[in-house]
Amino acid sequence: MQIYLPIAEISVNALTLLGIGGGVGLLSGMFGVGGGFLITPLLFFIGIPPAVAVATGVNQVVASSVSGVLAHMKRRTVDLRMGWVLLIGGLIGSVAGIALFRYLSEMGQIDLAVQLSYVIFLGVIGLLMLQEGLRAWYRTSRSNAPRRKLHTHIWVHKMPFKMKFRVSGLYISVIPPIMVGMLVGLLSAVMGVGGGFIMVPAMIYLLGMPTKVVIGTSLFQIIFVTAFTTVMHAVTSHSVDIMLALFLILGGVIGAQVGAQVGLKLKAEQLRILLALVVLAVCAKIGLDLLLRPDEFYSISIPGRD
Amino acid sequence: MTRVLAILFLILAALPVRGNEIVGALSQNRVSLTANFSGSEILIFGAIRHDLDVAEESPYDVVIVIEGPHQPVDIWRKDRRMGIWMNVESVSMASVPSFYAVATSAPLDEILTPETDAEHRISASYAIRPDQATGQVEDPSLFTSALMRIRERAEQYLTLDRWVFLDRDILFRANVQLPANLTEGAYTTRMYLVRDGDVVNQFRTAIFVRKEGIERWLHQLAYDQPLAYGLLALLIALAAGWGASEAFRYLRH
Repeated sequence: MQIYLPIAEISVNALTLLGIGGGVGLLSGMFGVGGGFLITPLLFFIGIPPAVAVATGVNQVVASSVSGVLAHMKRRTVDLRMGWVLLIGGLIGSVAGIALFRYLSEMGQIDLAVQLSYVIFLGVIGLLMLQEGLRAWYRTSRSNAPRRKLHTHIWVHKMPFKMKFRVSGLYISVIPPIMVGMLVGLLSAVMGVGGGFIMVPAMIYLLGMPTKVVIGTSLFQIIFVTAFTTVMHAVTSHSVDIMLALFLILGGVIGAQVGAQVGLKLKAEQLRILLALVVLAVCAKIGLDLLLRPDEFYSISIPGRD
Repeated sequence: MTRVLAILFLILAALPVRGNEIVGALSQNRVSLTANFSGSEILIFGAIRHDLDVAEESPYDVVIVIEGPHQPVDIWRKDRRMGIWMNVESVSMASVPSFYAVATSAPLDEILTPETDAEHRISASYAIRPDQATGQVEDPSLFTSALMRIRERAEQYLTLDRWVFLDRDILFRANVQLPANLTEGAYTTRMYLVRDGDVVNQFRTAIFVRKEGIERWLHQLAYDQPLAYGLLALLIALAAGWGASEAFRYLRH
């Protein structure tokens, strides 16, 4: 069944969209990630203009994060105070990201910028996750290995404007969380992602937050930042396609629920290694497109539309 | 079919008594882009009026051109910089057709002289007006031919040789498939009557393509009230995310 997208102005197969939404939803339910980092490149591959893919990808992340955050709120695993601080940074980053997105579009370099950010971020995060997952797997098979230190003091703890975050049990400066929030907001606007894949490691390793509040708190921040970014993209570049979003969300929310059930049956370390491999595969695909000689050296863009 | 014949009869009856005239019509002159739009086939048909006084001459040919609404385009060229293939230079064209189809009763270069082709801007290579290309590049013609190549591959520019069916030099018809990724606007349709390499007569009409129903409503909302549109997108996302988690919780119990 073909469906005509009113903003992207192309006709695509509705089942393809449901499949993309469902497949990414399945992964996001299994791994507890938003899935924006997979949706946006997949939309590029089926020929959706980059601007529409990024803006609509962000909208999809809102939907996939809502059910997650509700569950975490009930379990009281959200550090609201930390969430608000991250959010302030996120909104600043998002505004900057949208301005950057427009500037790069006019320069004709938006595709390159988006692709490069994907390769760099997915590559680094994928490798880190893979290393961590393999190490954890190795450790569980040799159960008497030494445990990681609970609390270490690094440069982050020497900065001013300290604040008490009771839920996380932290007393740290607000500057690092705001910086992390800004980076995530920037990425959300430019790459069409929620940014969980970068925020979660930053919260654990940089801010030293306990693992049990990390997912809930990051989802809290992601919902507000992606919601804000969706509206900003709609207002500044008219690039959110509701029809496209509807099909992605429909497939996505169902896939996410199924994925959450599947995820319970797998071991955490195996899950992490699997996700790392998915991330690295997407990274390799996008990276090769930049490195290999293209079949067609020329491309067409319609000014004002992307 | 009877309707088509009836229209043809009316066209023939309405023709003034003057030689070498072409009159055409379309099976539909309105295309609606609705939610399930997946392309549209248009029948273009018409009649040729002969000059009876003139002795038998060489046979007629018919050329039909459908030209979509014009848009500005930027054409980028990639090159390798620091090991990465990136856009390095571009050419801008202020106004090129978003869709262009040339259907003929015989290969274009056999029935039209290049001069006539250029004068009437029939071939896509003339219709895009390559001379309007501006940019800091050595050879703009490489960029304009890339535009043609890319759009031909995407089937936005079509060359349909021997696509027009001529019946006894009186009636003609052609079926043209409009693609699924149409842009809104007027698609001017020109029909040329050709003989001995020259255009003898021409006829113009248009197909109007516009979004209808929910597509029209959403598109207008997005451009006229972007804030309301953005909030609507948000509301749908929130409702879907919350609704799905509630629904699945209910199913599990």
